[in-house]
Amino acid sequence: MSGAGIVIAFWVLAITSVGSALAVVWVRDIFRAALFLVLCFASVAGLYITLNADFLAAVQILIYAGAISILLIFAIMLTRDTRSAGRSTYLRNPAFLIALLLFITLLFAVLNTDWQAVAQVGTEPSTTAIAQLLFDKTKGFVLPFEIASVLLLVAMIGAIALVKED
Amino acid sequence: MTIGLENYLVLAAILFSIGLYGALSKRNAVAVLMSIEIMLNAVNVTLVAFSRFVTSPVLTGQIFAIFVITVAAAAAAVALAVIIVIYRSRETVDVEDIDLLRG
Repeated sequence: MSGAGIVIAFWVLAITSVGSALAVVWVRDIFRAALFLVLCFASVAGLYITLNADFLAAVQILIYAGAISILLIFAIMLTRDTRSAGRSTYLRNPAFLIALLLFITLLFAVLNTDWQAVAQVGTEPSTTAIAQLLFDKTKGFVLPFEIASVLLLVAMIGAIALVKED
Repeated sequence: MTIGLENYLVLAAILFSIGLYGALSKRNAVAVLMSIEIMLNAVNVTLVAFSRFVTSPVLTGQIFAIFVITVAAAAAAVALAVIIVIYRSRETVDVEDIDLLRG
């Protein structure tokens, strides 16, 4: 992957996603943090496009930047809690240390592993290929697909039953 | 200059560490959930990068990412319902005040 456009796109999207993720953690107002989270989701969708995953980019926009963000903003509106807004737990400094240690470990593991990267890559649209692999008769993912749909139904009913006032 | 697998993996590691820090240090339960969503996104970036660079013609990594998105959506719905129920009964979403199970 060496086209100049892809390189520029990667760095712009990487800086946007990391910057907005940092803003989600740092901003004191939780509503603004949710808006930065939408920006982070959108730039991750852009990263999927640079990885030739066009279907996943659409799914990311629809589900993360659309549905989950709306859910989060609704929850923020319904639970206006001014006392704990922007404050950190007593775990703040240990959490920073743990995150830093984890990042150094991951960086060490990534840079010291000999990844067996393949040279040639297809650039055709991935939607048909994903569908064929997902619903393949012999080595497909039909059972996990059905279980995922049941899981979504259970989660939906459970969420309604929890929030219902009686 | 080319963009390789390592670029995406390091980016995902940065995003995951930011999400971990947020999940451990935030007091507002909704903010904790938002940080967990950042961590799930970082994992999805690694899965798609592996499916693009390592197992290139086979798209199994993207299918894993689709399942991760599905489970994350279900988890977000149930977690937000629990947060709203807790707020209704205790008037707070501060994770340090929600300690009913503490012995």
